[in-house]
Amino acid sequence: MRLDHGFVDRTRTLRIEVDGAELAAHPGDTLGSALVAAGRQVLSQGIYTGRPRGLVSAGSEESNVFVQVLSGPGEPMVRATELEAYDGLRVRTLAGKGRLPDEPDEGRYDKTYTHTDVLVVGAGPAGLMAAWAAGTSGARVLLLDDQPSLGGRLLASRSTVDGLAAAEWIESMRGRLAAMPEVRVRSRTTVVGYHDHNYLVAVERRGGHLEETAPLTFARRRLWNIRAGQVVLATGAHERWIAFPDNDRPGIMLAASSATYAWRYGCLPGRRAVVFGAHDGALAAALDLADAGVEVAAVLDVRDAVGPQVAAALAACGLEVQTGTAVRGTLADGSGGLSAVVTTAGQVIEADLLAVSGGWNPAVELFSQSGGRTVWSQDLAGFVPDRPVQPTHCVGALTGGVDLADVVATGARTGADAGRAAGFKAVELVPPGVGNVLRAEAPPAAYFLVDSPAKDSARVFVDLQRDATLHDVRRAVGAGLSSIEHIKRYTTIGTAADQGRASGVLTVGVLAAISGRSVAEIGTTTYRPPYTPISFAVLAGRDRGRLADPERVTAIHDWHVERGAVFEDVGQWKRPWFFPQPGETMDEAVRRECIAARTGVAMMDASTLGTIELQGEDVGVLLDRLYTNLFSTLRVGHVRYGVMCGPDGMVLDDGTTARLAEDRWLMSTTTGNAAKILEWLEEWLQTEWPSLDVRITSVTDQWSTVALVGPRSREVLAGLAPELDCTVDGFPFMTIRHAGVAGIPARIMRVSFSGELAYEINVASWYAMALWQAVCEAGQPFEITPYGTETMHVLRAEKGFPIVGQDTDGTVTPQDLGMSWIVSKKKPDFVGKRSFARADTARSDRRQLVGVVPVDGRSRVAEGAQLVAHSSVLTQTPVPMHGHVTSSYDSVALGTPFALALLDSGSSRHGEVLDAVDDGLAVAVRIVSPVPYDPEGERRDG
Amino acid sequence: MLSIPCPWCGPRDETEFSYGGQAHVAYPGEPSTVDDSGWAAYLFFRENPRGWFAERWMHRAGCQRWCNVVRHTVTYEIAASYQPGAPRPDVA
Repeated sequence: MRLDHGFVDRTRTLRIEVDGAELAAHPGDTLGSALVAAGRQVLSQGIYTGRPRGLVSAGSEESNVFVQVLSGPGEPMVRATELEAYDGLRVRTLAGKGRLPDEPDEGRYDKTYTHTDVLVVGAGPAGLMAAWAAGTSGARVLLLDDQPSLGGRLLASRSTVDGLAAAEWIESMRGRLAAMPEVRVRSRTTVVGYHDHNYLVAVERRGGHLEETAPLTFARRRLWNIRAGQVVLATGAHERWIAFPDNDRPGIMLAASSATYAWRYGCLPGRRAVVFGAHDGALAAALDLADAGVEVAAVLDVRDAVGPQVAAALAACGLEVQTGTAVRGTLADGSGGLSAVVTTAGQVIEADLLAVSGGWNPAVELFSQSGGRTVWSQDLAGFVPDRPVQPTHCVGALTGGVDLADVVATGARTGADAGRAAGFKAVELVPPGVGNVLRAEAPPAAYFLVDSPAKDSARVFVDLQRDATLHDVRRAVGAGLSSIEHIKRYTTIGTAADQGRASGVLTVGVLAAISGRSVAEIGTTTYRPPYTPISFAVLAGRDRGRLADPERVTAIHDWHVERGAVFEDVGQWKRPWFFPQPGETMDEAVRRECIAARTGVAMMDASTLGTIELQGEDVGVLLDRLYTNLFSTLRVGHVRYGVMCGPDGMVLDDGTTARLAEDRWLMSTTTGNAAKILEWLEEWLQTEWPSLDVRITSVTDQWSTVALVGPRSREVLAGLAPELDCTVDGFPFMTIRHAGVAGIPARIMRVSFSGELAYEINVASWYAMALWQAVCEAGQPFEITPYGTETMHVLRAEKGFPIVGQDTDGTVTPQDLGMSWIVSKKKPDFVGKRSFARADTARSDRRQLVGVVPVDGRSRVAEGAQLVAHSSVLTQTPVPMHGHVTSSYDSVALGTPFALALLDSGSSRHGEVLDAVDDGLAVAVRIVSPVPYDPEGERRDG
Repeated sequence: MLSIPCPWCGPRDETEFSYGGQAHVAYPGEPSTVDDSGWAAYLFFRENPRGWFAERWMHRAGCQRWCNVVRHTVTYEIAASYQPGAPRPDVA
């Protein structure tokens, strides 16, 4: 049934579909108001009890009627009372949980970051006045409200403000704020988090009501990240339920919500009503219902005295308040909907609407998230904010305010205060006068639970969404629980989608009533973000798929793609893993690539290695302090391998460093560690040794590197660099040369990560592709073979070169790796040295790097496999663990699979047979030297 | 999210920074002269006060400079930020 007032545009009709049945709605309706207008009462059922349920509210307190949105991208579990009607909206009502849609959400989601001097949360009368006052001071103001229109509770009010009807005043305020260039206003925007240092997060529903007409490129939701100088919380209050037997029947609704349906949406939630309350506001709702055309059969108030003004207004309508009277129970009709109300005076009153109001719970969630405590006010019968702990100002119903004149006046004052606190000159605004207001004159009662027989307590609902009852609370108390936090977890009360918004304070009151403790003493549970559920799509924004994380590719990437390389992710880099030829498996490709590198010539794109240039007088000093070996003695034109440790003596990174000139050095790091090592160097330079003359910068992207590997690599290089003396004596191992390679200025280093004769040719990235192609061409007579990271790993493992982060894990010293030779005995100190003398680090039975080969010569053990005693009985757990496999490959050079492992006392156990166990399967393995291939290093000169 | 006042860039969001633990823990001048318990104290032991705490932050997504910040570990209020090497200022 539709009335002719309110904020609903009756000139247009929207078609919506609920559970397959068509329903008419109008712009301005929520799904909830459309259902009320259609007279739909039974809409849901209790998740555990299966009892019929209907709408209990007109807003965010709703705990019964949730729907699965089927139209548009779909959304699980949306409150019917918060879902705006739009043409084509299709929903399914839910009994219990919703379902994530199976289809990927193709909608667009955005994020925005903003700063504001004053953020006002809530655009009810207090928030509107605060935003206006703060805006008048000249401050940048952001006003956010979760409703489609501004006005808050005024939207359902018949009061006048500034001589205007509520709707007109709201419109005048909207215009006033729009005219202020530094004031931004966003409706349909819910603040969900209040974090440290006045950082707040909000979700704006930009397209929710336009689902069918908005293009996919239109951002449906926008996540606001806000840093505010001052925050004004004008979040209002939520109406409180009362606990009595059978208080969950469809037709029982919060009193102010029922009046909201009548006056904001112009639809009646019932024909014949009983109103049951504990404060003057509930009586005002009775008047609202009566004036809207509802037959009010009885008005019950648990108090002995009510406000004279509201009592007189009711009397003028022929209604008498039955004081000291409560609802003892309810009866239902065949559909489960409310049919009659039983009072404590023994009356049975026929009714299809029971409007209940236990009082107001100030919406303290955001204040609580900000770190502020709430305190119980007996006068206001609610938990209100205590002192703020951030630059926060609370105003309006949040502070317990119920009087409209008072709320607009304090709103103006608070907005001015916030403007001043933000450093602006605020003007005192004269607050507008208000009219047609029923003043709350008598104090509210802190009333939660109607006395009823114990046998009824399983029908006294405390949390409708969790289907939890007085019986559950009694059971928790009987089990010895007294803390409200424990009772919450024991009963699940307050853990549903509303996170206790509707049930939290009621539970505290019920607990107080049955335990004899005070509400203040029990206190509330902690409120945590988000205030209302938000989707992961909103949090992800556009950072999805390829945009989730940057991809880095080298200057030679396109060539790799063209040649059908299979790629591997190394940090953010895409690196060729191997280059399969048609029909080749990975193992076959790697085998072919390895043979080429060991017997002919092969090439690899090594551009992803971290490259850091160091300049200054004191680079040698810095390197001496950070590397375990000596660097200051390195001659210009030479290259040295080094290992870095943390102060705890554990290996951090390794790589080669070249001295380009007296005061210019070039350091290479592992691919994954480039940024970390640059930061490591910076940290020591900035915080410990700022007097050192050293400047460092990353040049990884500026240089590209082609590794040329294999016994015939010298011939290829010689052909490309005719001016370069490539002889063993002319270009010895661990030196660097500058020469033209294929006519491109290049730095060439003779270093080797494979044990073979090898060169790393570095050129400016612009020339990388030209160099790569030239090397390919020059290598053609030698059947030069491109290879990827897998072959690189096989080649280095055969030589026992560990990979930091794969063969080490932050508990491994250079000595554990068998690299005592790189730890200087001469230097008085370097980072990590002192720790080598710690008892734990000096133990001889530490886990040490070893080689592992299968006894059968065929089985490749799994990386991560556990090393246990040979023939261990695996069913008798725990099986003592001796170590674990860190790298494992098939080795064509060795003719057997080969692995590296960390093993207790490993360096003294070569020759022993152990079992490598993975997934319950044991492989007998022999422990060998970690350098099984060319241990004398005879191959490095070609 | 904290708003951290970088001494070089001004106030910036916490996500731009990386954390460096307790400030004013200097690398011992001559580690070889430090006994085992002293060395262990340097390596592993840090204060964990309820109240004001001087800690290190690095403005990673900004100037990449280190700074020290005095922060309250209960309220998260930040009372001061200053360059490494400067003495810790007195805060209430």
